[in-house]
Amino acid sequence: MKSAIQFNDVYYRIDNLPILKQITGSFYEGEITTLVGPSGAGKTTLLKLCNRLLSPQSGDIYINGKDIRDWDPIELRRNVGMALQSAPMIDGSVEQNLALPLELQGKHLSEHQAKDLLKDVGLSAELLQRNSKELSGGQRQKVSIARTLVNRPQILLLDEITSSLDQVSQKEIEELIIKINRKFGVTIVWITHNLQQAVDVGTYTWVMMAGEIIEAGKSDLLRSPSNDRVKQFVKGEWG
Amino acid sequence: MSLTALSISLIFVLIPFILSKTFNLGLEKDTIIAVVRSIIQLFVVGYVLKFVFESESIVYILLMVGVMIAAATQNARKKGAAIKGITWKIAVTLIFIEVLTQAILLGFQITPHTAQYIIPISGMVVGNGMVLAILFLNRFIAETAAHQDQTELILSLGGTPKQAIHRQLIAAIKASMIPTIESQKTIGLVQLPGMMSGQIIAGASPIQAVQFQLLVLFLLLTAAAVTSIMLGFLSYPTLFNKQMQLMRR
Repeated sequence: MKSAIQFNDVYYRIDNLPILKQITGSFYEGEITTLVGPSGAGKTTLLKLCNRLLSPQSGDIYINGKDIRDWDPIELRRNVGMALQSAPMIDGSVEQNLALPLELQGKHLSEHQAKDLLKDVGLSAELLQRNSKELSGGQRQKVSIARTLVNRPQILLLDEITSSLDQVSQKEIEELIIKINRKFGVTIVWITHNLQQAVDVGTYTWVMMAGEIIEAGKSDLLRSPSNDRVKQFVKGEWG
Repeated sequence: MSLTALSISLIFVLIPFILSKTFNLGLEKDTIIAVVRSIIQLFVVGYVLKFVFESESIVYILLMVGVMIAAATQNARKKGAAIKGITWKIAVTLIFIEVLTQAILLGFQITPHTAQYIIPISGMVVGNGMVLAILFLNRFIAETAAHQDQTELILSLGGTPKQAIHRQLIAAIKASMIPTIESQKTIGLVQLPGMMSGQIIAGASPIQAVQFQLLVLFLLLTAAAVTSIMLGFLSYPTLFNKQMQLMRR
């Protein structure tokens, strides 16, 4: 299987505190990989390394086979989109938020394109002129995902995008991500605290703790983990 | 004003001193220190100015302006300690607005080439620039901290550092300029500006005092705009590294 993102011995620290220790592994092209683990495990940091919002102190990262250091940061970030946990919105309408990625390139997003994007994420075209501050949590996350899709990324990084949503909205987002993966062939890396979601949506799962990958493989591993620490974590989360 | 008259004016110090004592405000010591310091500082400045005005030496004028810029930079830099190299950024900005305003004033012969005009106007320009720098830095640092997620959002969408910080930069520039613009809207209605009042008390015609005050107001508008924008554009790149990453502070 071809790697979309490959880590070789990646180490990242803040001051003298190691956040990621000797991370080695791959996220496979066209697949959904879920990242689970307790808070402070280094999951968000790992995602930020993938689109170079952060750089490791040592180790190598390859994006589509090319060393991340050889990518132009802007080109890389357009290819490796990221939806942030807080789904930050710029002040203004939904349309202005959707237009942002093209605006950054000096281009224009047509109303037709904007409506299509909303349709892609299961939102009504009527929301286009709504102030982004008036959106519900679920709508906000969907707009955030739609906005990330404007750049047509090959890889999509999702940082706990459903953590503050109700069950119905969570399900809708799960279906949306699966649809994006299947329709556009986008590689997806998804951090989640919801183990059921990690199994339902992911093909592969990494379990991270204290900056290390403790277990990685098919997402079913969460049902019968082999590692004692993972067993304990899964038991705590699933009860 | 005679020294006797000035001595009698110390009544204005006695009143707050007695009020502080009566109502247990605990401000007696600070009041005394403030009064003693202002007497010493202003008399020293007065004698220095007298010397510089009489000497009419460009070296002393430059030295005086240099001291003003150094003191203003030293004061403003504390607010921008989080920004790398903030000291020279403030100094360069203040030097630039001083050179710009004096070049216009002297170049177009709006004011005479004498220390009597150059130094007080420089004091107002640099002093105002310092306040603007402090207001800008306060707001800019608060904006970047409060909207870090928006900055990361724009970077993550493939924006440049300038695009990523644009909104915070504009907000800080506007916020720092608003007091200057707003105070000018009510000038003359709410209070007479200090410089104009001083000239009128010293015997100048009110119309001449108004003309000079207008000149200063126009100058301060330029100083405000240039200080905020220049300091903003000098400061924002230091928040990012070569990989277009927002640096941790």
